[in-house]
Amino acid sequence: MNQEIDVLVIGAGPAGLAAAAAAREAGCENVLILERDDAPGGILQQCIHPGFGLHRFKEELTGPEYAQRFIDRVRELNIPIQCRTMVLDVTENRQVTAVSPEHGVQVFSAKAIVLAMGCRERTRGALMIPGTRPAGVYSAGTAQRLVNMEGLMPGKRVVILGSGDIGLIMARRMTFEGAKVLACVELMPYSSGLKRNIAQCLNDFDIPLLLSHTVTEIRGKERVEGVTVAAVDEKRRPIPGTEQYFECDTLLLSVGLIPENELSLKANIPLSPVTSGPTVDDSMQTEIPGIFSCGNVLHVHDLVDYVSLESETAGREAAQFAAQTTQETPTYTVVKDGFGVRGCVPQRIRSKGAEDKVAISFRPADVYRKATWQIRAGENILLKRRAMILTPGESQRVELPREQFVSVDEVTVEVVLEEKK
Amino acid sequence: MNDVIIVGAGVVGCSIARCLSRYELDVLVLEGKEDVASGASKANSAIVHAGFDAEPGSNKAKYNVRGNEMFEQTCRELHVPFIRNTSLVVAFSDEELPNLQKLYDRGIQNGVKELRIIDRDELRALEPNVSKEAVAALLAPTGGICCPYDLTFRTAENAAANGVKFLFNKPVKTVKPEDGFWTLVTEDGETFQARAIVNASGVSSAFLNNQVSATKYNIQPRRGEYVMLDKSEMGCFSATMFQCPGPMGKGVLVSPTVDGTIIVGPTSEDIESPDATETTAFGLDKMRRLSQRIWTEIPFRKAITTFSGIRAHETTKHDFVLGEAPDAPGFFNALGVESPGLTSAPAIGVDLAQEVATKLGAKKKETVSDDVSDWPRVRELSPEELNKLIEKDPRYGRIICRCETISEAEIRASIRCRVGATTIDGIKRRTRATMGRCQGGFCTPRLIEILADELGVPQEQITKAGGESLMVLSRLFPEDK
Repeated sequence: MNQEIDVLVIGAGPAGLAAAAAAREAGCENVLILERDDAPGGILQQCIHPGFGLHRFKEELTGPEYAQRFIDRVRELNIPIQCRTMVLDVTENRQVTAVSPEHGVQVFSAKAIVLAMGCRERTRGALMIPGTRPAGVYSAGTAQRLVNMEGLMPGKRVVILGSGDIGLIMARRMTFEGAKVLACVELMPYSSGLKRNIAQCLNDFDIPLLLSHTVTEIRGKERVEGVTVAAVDEKRRPIPGTEQYFECDTLLLSVGLIPENELSLKANIPLSPVTSGPTVDDSMQTEIPGIFSCGNVLHVHDLVDYVSLESETAGREAAQFAAQTTQETPTYTVVKDGFGVRGCVPQRIRSKGAEDKVAISFRPADVYRKATWQIRAGENILLKRRAMILTPGESQRVELPREQFVSVDEVTVEVVLEEKK
Repeated sequence: MNDVIIVGAGVVGCSIARCLSRYELDVLVLEGKEDVASGASKANSAIVHAGFDAEPGSNKAKYNVRGNEMFEQTCRELHVPFIRNTSLVVAFSDEELPNLQKLYDRGIQNGVKELRIIDRDELRALEPNVSKEAVAALLAPTGGICCPYDLTFRTAENAAANGVKFLFNKPVKTVKPEDGFWTLVTEDGETFQARAIVNASGVSSAFLNNQVSATKYNIQPRRGEYVMLDKSEMGCFSATMFQCPGPMGKGVLVSPTVDGTIIVGPTSEDIESPDATETTAFGLDKMRRLSQRIWTEIPFRKAITTFSGIRAHETTKHDFVLGEAPDAPGFFNALGVESPGLTSAPAIGVDLAQEVATKLGAKKKETVSDDVSDWPRVRELSPEELNKLIEKDPRYGRIICRCETISEAEIRASIRCRVGATTIDGIKRRTRATMGRCQGGFCTPRLIEILADELGVPQEQITKAGGESLMVLSRLFPEDK
């Protein structure tokens, strides 16, 4: 029942596939991917729209096309992908218990583990939206799966709460399939989605984006019959008197993604309260030795291209960890979120590593126009970047030479304001 | 003609049905909604009350204490979880202490065992997360928690295993005495006849009684709103935390559930319509505020769902009305059964069944089945047990609900059993699929597929909870399937 694996990858989405391929290419012969779905590809299977791969492949691909490139690579490298396999437990000493119809309960002892389980969507219940509980309230990703993979239309007259990218994409997708999308309602004064998606998915179809609004009530006994939408004040509380009623049969929610770290918690891996993912160093290693994390389970990405890059680092480093008998204890530079910055990844940078360059990414905490952001070590500015606009919907990423961090205890990533919106 | 028709397939109706199934009687249960436990039985606090709250001498007091004593045995027979986790009624100021004492006295009068009042230190030692304002508490070790819909469903399964028939979507419109029997007509005109009627129709129970008896009752629907917190908060409290009744009313409770989540609620609001099960901004706000008295830092960001339940409060007697209507021979009431109705249900079942059986001169059956259509639950099995099971049926190895670790085999079993699920909510209440933190985000498409397959209908006909509650409205490529 017990199998020994050098690098065990949990999840065959874009992160897991890239990590596994990189581990093999780094010389690890014994790599296995476990995947709970019927097929590899992860969420990209249902993302049939274009817009993937512009950075990575310098061409525009659909989600399944992007995934297929990595699936093909994994297949060429003869890395087994065991689908329909649910991981039930991961321990600190890298024992993994999984179950599948084909193999029953399996226990793996892994030299290194790459966690690549992705994320889940925030729900109506988590927002505590008042009202009835009829059919027709779906998270945008579930609706996307129903439409694109099951061929089922969740509804005909749709209101979307939240302007995350999946919500925006689904506004267009539902419209293409003959539904009427009445409005996209966003609590914040800005969208959390990509600018290009607002242009291509809402504006091109005359779908209104109601910023600083929220759904205050869901109505309908059996199926959704309508939703009440109201404007909110600066503290995001509904303003009485601003209510408008939308007659609709469907409410889609695109109100945030949550890294799925239930397994990480079982292995006692410390999580960041900001990213909701593990805290990692620049090798994507969590605080539990030999357990690495990448993709949306580590932090929610806006572009899959960067998931691939980050996951390849995790895979290579996991292979290296698995190959080594003794581990050198490096010294670290701590990366801190400064003003206007949320969720820097990695949280720690090693003084030594196989790669000469270190990537840091983060999300702006608010919308800043004509702003500068910088990485600062005490008085010393390591890097300075100007941007026309910084928004929470678009993450920022930069690569720096590792040597810049040697003998530096701590760096702060921060926004420097010239003029706030 | 049936011997007995029970109107209502809530926990009370099903308990009576199960007890009646021990007699040589043809029993039919007519339920207005699409499933068992579709009214108050699916949306309540899930508490097995100790019995200190009810007026001494009332039916509520009598059946609460007796029902509580029956719970271990009943839940063991039905293979449903039950935990005697202790109830604590917390006082937050010295002014509330006399009320605590009153509850204690009442409990003693009602025959509640092991009651005592504990001081601040003992309370804090038991429940370290309780608010610093707490000064004392009434401790009731006989208080417990259960799963009300699981209990109702397994009760119905065992009743069905012993010959009771269930019909759903049959709301009864009229009830009329004939010569030695009763005629029921449903809203769509279907007629049913029986020698005896048991009225266990919850919020509709006065409506039926008042058609046949001069003793009129009035049911006031009373709404309670709840929120459920994620399993990650498990361990915050081990006991059910009530608030001492005071100038702010009865407050709300915070309690662990048998599934490891935390339930918070209920508010209490009299409403017009017995169908108004929506939650409201007002109610949820109130619940937030009141719950903070017990748990100062209560983490509502860990909410996984909100819901409301409707209690059937009887306004003339403020008590359960149980037994044969004095002027309607053969018409038996289980009317106005609100809290502590769940706790009382096993005892009400025994008494009412006996009363009906005596009236009809029915004998006890010689053999009774103890089958409850139980199926193995993957999340409760050891790896060895699970492996054996998967060898026999690989579908136990295919996990459909990730959050609650529920396999395809369990989902199918919940549909195939005697009183099987016919809706997504039916699967939910029988298996817990979709009840976890993703709230069905991942498994809903799979559930639609499996349910359609089992029922032999197209996926676009699958409903959330019967009627027009269609999960999807059309198929994109009809020619494909």
